[in-house]
Amino acid sequence: MTGDPQIKTMTMNFGPQHPAAHGVLRMVMEMDGEVVERVDPHIGLLHRGTEKLIEYKTYMQAIPYFDRLDYVAPMNQEHAFVLAAEKLLGITVPPRGQYIRVLFDEITRILNHLLNLTAFAMDVGAMTPMLWGFEQRELLMEFYERVSGARLHACYYRVGGVHQDLPAGLTDDIRAWAEQFPKFIADMETILNENRIFKQRSVDIGIISAEDALAWGLTGPMLRASGVAWDLRKAQPYMVYDQLDFDIPIGKNGDCYDRYLVRVEEVRQSLRLIHQCLDKMPSGPVIYREKKIAPPTRGEMKRSMESLIHHFKLYTEGFHVPAGETYTAVEAPKGEFGVYLVSDGSNRPYRCKIRAPGFPHLQAMDYMCKGHMLADSVAILGSMDVVFGEIDR
Amino acid sequence: MAEFFDIYVVPTAWIVGGVLLIVVPVLLSVAYLTLAERKVIGWMQLRKGPNVVGPFGLLQPIADGLKLFFKETIIPSGANRVIFLLAPVVTFVLSLVAWAVIPFGAGIVLADVNVGILYLFAISSLGVYGIIMAGWASNSKYAFLGALRSAAQMVSYEVSIGFVIITVLLAVGSLNLSKIVLAQAGGMHHWFGFSMLMPMFAVFFISALAETNRAPFDLPEAEAELVSGYNVEYSAMTFAMFFLGEYANMILMSGMTAILFLGGWLPPLEFAPFTWVPGPVWFALKIAFVLFVFLWVRATFPRYRYDQLMRLGWKVFLPLSLLWVVLTAGWLLAFDMVPPAGGL
Repeated sequence: MTGDPQIKTMTMNFGPQHPAAHGVLRMVMEMDGEVVERVDPHIGLLHRGTEKLIEYKTYMQAIPYFDRLDYVAPMNQEHAFVLAAEKLLGITVPPRGQYIRVLFDEITRILNHLLNLTAFAMDVGAMTPMLWGFEQRELLMEFYERVSGARLHACYYRVGGVHQDLPAGLTDDIRAWAEQFPKFIADMETILNENRIFKQRSVDIGIISAEDALAWGLTGPMLRASGVAWDLRKAQPYMVYDQLDFDIPIGKNGDCYDRYLVRVEEVRQSLRLIHQCLDKMPSGPVIYREKKIAPPTRGEMKRSMESLIHHFKLYTEGFHVPAGETYTAVEAPKGEFGVYLVSDGSNRPYRCKIRAPGFPHLQAMDYMCKGHMLADSVAILGSMDVVFGEIDR
Repeated sequence: MAEFFDIYVVPTAWIVGGVLLIVVPVLLSVAYLTLAERKVIGWMQLRKGPNVVGPFGLLQPIADGLKLFFKETIIPSGANRVIFLLAPVVTFVLSLVAWAVIPFGAGIVLADVNVGILYLFAISSLGVYGIIMAGWASNSKYAFLGALRSAAQMVSYEVSIGFVIITVLLAVGSLNLSKIVLAQAGGMHHWFGFSMLMPMFAVFFISALAETNRAPFDLPEAEAELVSGYNVEYSAMTFAMFFLGEYANMILMSGMTAILFLGGWLPPLEFAPFTWVPGPVWFALKIAFVLFVFLWVRATFPRYRYDQLMRLGWKVFLPLSLLWVVLTAGWLLAFDMVPPAGGL
């Protein structure tokens, strides 16, 4: 017996079939008892080659792929793509279309935060908020269904606006929903905010300072919880965000609890935005009707040969986008969702690089988990709000 | 021959009959506790719970049981077969034998032993063996981590449970469960749960949650971290036995809470309409109430982390219960209320 005995860390596989892995994440964890020494996230199990597939689709056909990236917040991602295409085309969306987009961006933000907040609570062991939250999500998805016909993969935004105007009565129903929603937030906050077990599980867990958060490329609530007031809706407003009144909540400590609180407050701000959109929404067209990027109206199509040809060409060949390149980003619920779009002047994107917010978040996993316990790594992962559709693409 | 019959066969038949009379209702209550759990938590979560199998889902536990019974028992290739199969048996049997000393009413008890509470304590301490065996024999990291957590947790909380029981014993002067109940006669205000032992009532209930591995102390089976903990490799009947054992333990712990702090089978008020209700019914109602709180807690609270749970056990509950032992003893001595040896 010579020398010191070697202490080997235990290697544990976390996922891909794991209830807390938020999809298909596999993490190889090196652990010293319950303490996490190293986390090695393995991604790619949901890789579908979205970026390459888009190169073979017309601009309109590419939109549904964005629904399927972060399937918890579909419309925000469609928005990034259509915004990029609009920038290359040099067109602006008519006011009503802009308001509808903001309205649904914010509905989507609430959809996403509802899932994340309650799933985070579930990750630390409180299962009741999840089931309450799903009732609210269900109501919101009905609004999705009424404008687009689909509950989840809406494909509602179009280059130049949105596909169709809001159906009759929808604004009243959204208003009615917005009236009762604060009660849900109050209920959820009662059961979580001051709950000492919840605070013990989230306060000072997974702290990331403002400098580190910036260095790791974190965006969205992850960055704001560390105290950086960076929100693309304010920093580089798109659509009508600069005409609307809302605040950016920021955290102080950059821990899981702050991230939770920031998201709760963002839900409240989204609710404010929804109210404002409903109040201010003008009437008029919802899509840019020139340059032949929008389909003709049904009536016109029945009467005019020209329109019929336009319709046929639009849905087969698509429209041509002038050569150029752009990086356009929107503030998706999870952070900065960007699209780097290169056009060669044809009807299909030459290249479409997608910048998903979850990807940089996940790369900070090892940094944030080091020295924490196994149960904390689950909480940290939950507070990151990762969805593998967008990370694996 | 007749002598043999009188000495051996008849008493054995009586004992077997008594055992069946306890075990069958206990197992039935376990089955319906699972349904009650799903229903109660369902209502708290604004959903309906099981309501398809039978009226109001009443046949759901039967269907679940049958499903588990007919499934294949899978033994992992790396497992130690003997211990792997023995572990659920140990857990299950231990959860049932404890019922032998529980008094359901005045004189309605299978074995009215003088060290009833010690017996219960011993049996519930042994329960950890089933879990350790399961975790080790499964040869799986998740199961092993779950078993380690569970063992540490159960051992820690048994210490404070021990001190809580001592405070009760000081006030009663006997280890006999029937005598502990009778010492609380005279209505609700005489129950230990509402006397100066009230803080111990809280400590005991919370420790009972930890002892039975229930939320917010359900770390051994923390779904978000360990998938299912020590029983992750188990299937079919072996799993069912763990499940039955765990729920039977919940009922047992509720029974202990009722006996120690809520006056066992005694009615809450000692006058007419309340005294008409037979003792076992009161006992069942009290158990049901404690069980409801078990479920209520599960629907409300997040889960403790491993080190936080240990801190609560060793740094809060242990000093508190130790202090209360001294306080109780001092109180009894100071006011000359020390009970006679062997109880009242």
